[in-house]
Amino acid sequence: MYKEYLTVSNITGPLVIVEKITEVKYGELVEIETADGQLRRGSVLDISTERAVVQVFEGTSGLDVDKSRVRFLGRSQKLGVSEEIMGRIFDGSGNPKDKGPQIIPDKMLDINGSPINPQARDYPSEFIQTGISSIDGMNPLVRGQKLPLFSGSGLPHSRIAAQIARQAAVLGKEEKFAVVFGAMGITFEEANFFIEDFRNTGALERAVLFLNLANEPPIERIATPRLALTCAEYLAFELDMHVLVILVDYTFYAEALREISAARKEVPGRRGYPGYLYTDLASMYERAGRIKNKAGSITSIPILTMPEDDKTHPIADLTGYITEGQIMLSRELHRKGIYPPIDVLPSLSRLKDKGIGEGKTREDHADVLNQLFACYARGKEARELALILGEAALSEVDKLFLTFADRYENEFVRQGEFEARSIIDTLDMGWDLLRTIPRAELKRIRPEFMDKYYPESQ
Amino acid sequence: MKQGEIIRVAGPLVVASGCLGAKMYDMVQIGAMGLIGEIIELRGEDAFIQVYEDTTGIGPGEPVYLTGEPLSVELGPGLISAIFDGIQRPLDVIREQQGDFVTRGVDLPSLDRQKAWAFTPLVSEGQEVMEGDFLGEVEETPLIKHRIMVPSGIYGKVKGIKQGEFPVEHVVARVETEKETVEIPMFQTWPIRRNRRVSERLMPNEPLVTGQRVLDTLFPLAKGGTACVPGPFGSGKTVVQHQLARWSDAQIIVFVACGERGNEVADLLLSFPELEDPNTGRPLMERTIIIANTSNMPVAAREASIYTGMTIAEYFRDMGYSVALMADSSSRWAEALREISGRMEEMPGEEGYPAYLASRIAAFYERAGKVKCLGSDERIGALSVIGAVSPPGGDLSDPVVQSTLKVVKVFWALDDRLANARHFPAINWLNSYSLYVENIKDFWKTEVAEDFVALRQEAMRLLEEEAELQEIARLVGVESLSLKDRLILESARSIREDFLHQNAFHPQDTYTSLRKQYLMLRAIIHFHGAALKALEQGVEMESILGLEVREKMSKIKFLSEEDTAALDVYIEIDGAFRELLKSEQ
Repeated sequence: MYKEYLTVSNITGPLVIVEKITEVKYGELVEIETADGQLRRGSVLDISTERAVVQVFEGTSGLDVDKSRVRFLGRSQKLGVSEEIMGRIFDGSGNPKDKGPQIIPDKMLDINGSPINPQARDYPSEFIQTGISSIDGMNPLVRGQKLPLFSGSGLPHSRIAAQIARQAAVLGKEEKFAVVFGAMGITFEEANFFIEDFRNTGALERAVLFLNLANEPPIERIATPRLALTCAEYLAFELDMHVLVILVDYTFYAEALREISAARKEVPGRRGYPGYLYTDLASMYERAGRIKNKAGSITSIPILTMPEDDKTHPIADLTGYITEGQIMLSRELHRKGIYPPIDVLPSLSRLKDKGIGEGKTREDHADVLNQLFACYARGKEARELALILGEAALSEVDKLFLTFADRYENEFVRQGEFEARSIIDTLDMGWDLLRTIPRAELKRIRPEFMDKYYPESQ
Repeated sequence: MKQGEIIRVAGPLVVASGCLGAKMYDMVQIGAMGLIGEIIELRGEDAFIQVYEDTTGIGPGEPVYLTGEPLSVELGPGLISAIFDGIQRPLDVIREQQGDFVTRGVDLPSLDRQKAWAFTPLVSEGQEVMEGDFLGEVEETPLIKHRIMVPSGIYGKVKGIKQGEFPVEHVVARVETEKETVEIPMFQTWPIRRNRRVSERLMPNEPLVTGQRVLDTLFPLAKGGTACVPGPFGSGKTVVQHQLARWSDAQIIVFVACGERGNEVADLLLSFPELEDPNTGRPLMERTIIIANTSNMPVAAREASIYTGMTIAEYFRDMGYSVALMADSSSRWAEALREISGRMEEMPGEEGYPAYLASRIAAFYERAGKVKCLGSDERIGALSVIGAVSPPGGDLSDPVVQSTLKVVKVFWALDDRLANARHFPAINWLNSYSLYVENIKDFWKTEVAEDFVALRQEAMRLLEEEAELQEIARLVGVESLSLKDRLILESARSIREDFLHQNAFHPQDTYTSLRKQYLMLRAIIHFHGAALKALEQGVEMESILGLEVREKMSKIKFLSEEDTAALDVYIEIDGAFRELLKSEQ
């Protein structure tokens, strides 16, 4: 059996310090038994010959220095996986939460995973149709991409994520598909929204959920996304499934990380977040991708709420440096009652170029995308100008662009929560809008496509 | 092998006792798995070690083996086209042996020991040689002749030289020095943190032609120079770096992907074998070496990766090649430095970075340069370094940006407002600068055109004036500007849209030769001059702007290098204005 230590010397925040230890390893999983017999788990953060610093996942309330018994389990935290895992709901530490039985594991996987060898990566190039025009048309998602939703408090990011999970499909293919959902510190209501949505649409049986809610220990949040991603890797690279991973909300995750860092009295980086926040986030975001000669893939949609809608906040900023673009939600559009309130101008999909075009979506996609973008940007400029000088001061052409911008928001961006538009419909809708602008102003579209989709006679 | 004992483990930092005799920056192996680490501090008998692999499962009491050697790279045939991790382990071999995920404790030689290379001697028996002299060469790829050099510190007489196909460890030459006979295999090793020696430093005076118009014409980098590309996320740093790796006229490219995205490395690996070198027509991979330590790979190895890349780049420079090293991104390297420093509980400087950040950055960029290499033939080599910096929130007051700007001579400021307006490359022409313009003026005059410098100056002036005029126009409206000022706005717009804007994904536009850049710019400036004259003679602004030749000017960038339209348009401008003046009268 494991050696038991009664030598807890300090408890600060989420950390417990155990003295006079032997044979303990870095990163080892720890079990702490409280005086009244409850079990808590944690892992070793720092270890020297005499003492170990342990972070406790389930929080330190109820622990005491005198009677707590500490056992070091000789292994790192693992997740037991098997095919039975589909359709199950777990808590933030990986224990069943749906009243179902424990999983009888085929495999025990280290939740920290290993980095994918860059040499083994396949470049993501398969277009995923989400049915949402402002994503498919303007910032297309491809299989193996990590594309976060940058949101703010009160914006409907959950509804958008659920809609994507419901509608996502690769054109012309029927393949094994799964959703892995990880909740970090969100409310019961928000989590329940996802569960009900999955249940109602029958998606629950091809989903796996890991839930750490707002009232649950923050430190557990460090493990939750890693459990979800480990599960996703198993489904994608061993069971050949195409996995969509949705993780909400990384802001709460980063705050938990900051809490541990503060308790360890580390030198803080920007806004008190630890200097290794980038590396830590990257170790999760980078687990998305495709691997050569493997059928499955991991596409990830992390969600974060930017404090004060500030995209230079460290969490959003560092995320933007790691992920392959971002979908930015706009409070302004939301106030206008437009769903989904996706602001296409600051949004970006870095991997779109290899995922669109002939044979993937349609030959004219790239040009239409650029042209819609340019027209909308010009329309918004015109709108600003009109605010200052009055609409009468606009030139005739600018007025057309202004109308374009309004229609673009109201027809192209706005759509129903249960409306799935095909990419062809999205592109045709784009052309429909572009036809309100004189041909001479549409410089980003190649002449051959102009002739085909916007004939001279019109 | 001497050994110590672990007394503490904290993430990538391990402390071991009983290490008396170990030297700073010696390499060590840790625990039963033999994880690789490097000594970064010595306090009494205790050594502080940064470990290049994940330390989970390592604990106090385990042994630390002291190799007594500094962390070094292997330099010899087999480097070109390879992809290594931060401490020069071959990622392709790791994949063959370990599968798709990178596991720990892999002990593999950097260079393939089995593969035989055809060695052709360049010296003969009895010849006197000195350090740096070529003993022979291996045609590593059709583009690169890999020269086997006399290692540093060796002078003497050749005593036996071989010819034939040998693996890298095979001794191909013996050199008799005053003291002994030295056996020289086809590869050598060199500590990554030590500069490779040169005979003399020279002033850079030739441009590194990149085919990117905003860089080559406005803010040129010299061969042997240093540049930095800072910018917020989404402003196109990586595209700029990739474009440079693709098109710059260096003979060897070392690309260090330091703490960046795995999919970007995949993009390089999949596209470089397909892309052609514009100067030779061979696949780009045949002149490229990739060091990939993506953001999720161990953080300490990220710190080492830029030195690994630099040492390999210096080695090829020593052969007399022009080498370019791209580091994407140096901020991630600095963060690795900060993380290790924090774990050692050092007193932090700005933003938590260690106080020695600036000196480390300066020392790194100083390894670039145009040099006279070691060796009796006094050949010239050049090593240019381009570092991307990713400041938090795009804030240029970031310590990494500021420390970098103190040492580099070229500053390409990426601007997210330009990126949002989809103006790429999003290099801000008002903030950026190059201090090499003076050095390479003569090159431009003799190799491009006598008036290139003047045209460039005029273009800069127009852009500068545009910025001022736009301020005024915003206050009082464009209509209240004088005709001459409105023309300046139009010409500056033409410089921005027809010249500076460049589409990396368009087959012709992605690369423009210096000659064509000159022709394009000459047309725009010539048009401006002609239009100014026409305005003075009372021609309407609208009819000038309506000239058909303007559309032709905007299309030159999409034409192939051979197309003569770029030349013709100059004459057409004169013709167009003659017609215009005739019809006005």
